[in-house]
Amino acid sequence: MGDYIVLAISCILVNNILLAQYLGNCPFLGTSKKMETAVGMSMAVVFVLVLAGVITWIVEMYVLKMFGLEYLRTIAFILVIASLVQFVEMFLKKSIPALYAGLGIFLPLITTNCAVMGVVLINVNEEYNFLQAVVSSFAYAAGFGLALILFAGIRERILLARVPRPLLDTSIGLVTAGMFSLAFFAFKGMV
Amino acid sequence: MAKTIVQEFTKGLWDEIPPFRLVLGLCPTLAVTKSVENGIGMGVAFTFVLLCSNILVSALRKVIPPKVRIACFIIIIATFVTVVELLMQAYTYKLFLQLGIFIPLIVVNCIVLGRAEAFASKKGIAASFADAMGMGIGFTLALTALAAFREILGAGTFTLGNIAGWILSLVGIGTLDLWSSPLQVFGPSFQPFQFMIEAPGAFVCLGLMLCIMNLFKK
Repeated sequence: MGDYIVLAISCILVNNILLAQYLGNCPFLGTSKKMETAVGMSMAVVFVLVLAGVITWIVEMYVLKMFGLEYLRTIAFILVIASLVQFVEMFLKKSIPALYAGLGIFLPLITTNCAVMGVVLINVNEEYNFLQAVVSSFAYAAGFGLALILFAGIRERILLARVPRPLLDTSIGLVTAGMFSLAFFAFKGMV
Repeated sequence: MAKTIVQEFTKGLWDEIPPFRLVLGLCPTLAVTKSVENGIGMGVAFTFVLLCSNILVSALRKVIPPKVRIACFIIIIATFVTVVELLMQAYTYKLFLQLGIFIPLIVVNCIVLGRAEAFASKKGIAASFADAMGMGIGFTLALTALAAFREILGAGTFTLGNIAGWILSLVGIGTLDLWSSPLQVFGPSFQPFQFMIEAPGAFVCLGLMLCIMNLFKK
């Protein structure tokens, strides 16, 4: 049990997917201008990433490894993620319209979110067992949400500040992200 | 607004240079620019994938049904990413290990899919080729500039690496050995500015480079 807690903490804080692993930065900058979109994106990522973690683990173990097809991993995983996102979208639209209204527009974006693809590849590279893969997928997604929502809060404040013209928008966003990443850097060596 | 082939090529080098003007594909930009060698390697791999996928998408643009086009583009891109991955594993194993998961992640790079969707699926093969070349070279130059900045300040060295070193030595500038080993930029008493090599430095550097680009845009 203790191992799983350490794994979760290391995935959320120490190896935070956005700020320490450099994955998923396009949605990080793209959806962090407003709190609502940041929350929506985070929820969608948590939802899809946990499902993708489970399914890709099964695909890796019982299809790719079993038949010696590891070289097809990239193609197989991207297909799994793309069809999973489509499927989740259709399922939510039919059965849970309230949730779909919240996550709807973010779901298609997740296919090309490298956080999802990155985490499932990390799971394979680290040779996690099933439970570890589930915990790490969830924890990475939670770390994504944590960083994105905190960052959106800061960016809403920046809108009120007087920023020099050349630094406006993405540029000041990146510098802020750097400072933010410096704060998360303090967690290095914790685990 | 018909652009000539030359214009399609040159727009990727300055007007629409990716990661700066099109703020897409940030993850590899931030992650691999710890050293110039990695930056160039990533740029070359990226250019190859973009070139092949743009040509194939453009050639098949009348065959692919519009409703499932995104899925088709992703499969085409994933195929070429696998090709690059296997080629790099075979011929540049050191680089392959250093770039790690960022090679398979070219598949989810928004620039590649973006060019397929916004450009190659509408234009002819020659224009798509020029577009991919421009974007690819622009991306490689941007990565190299960012990586040079970070490596020189963060480690005090400048490593051009095997790929670019080989090309330069063919032209007759220096030798392969000279370029593939780290060059000390500063004297031996230089204290590396560690911040630049780590993640926070990556964000701040990219932010400042965007700022400089904006200054020139006026």
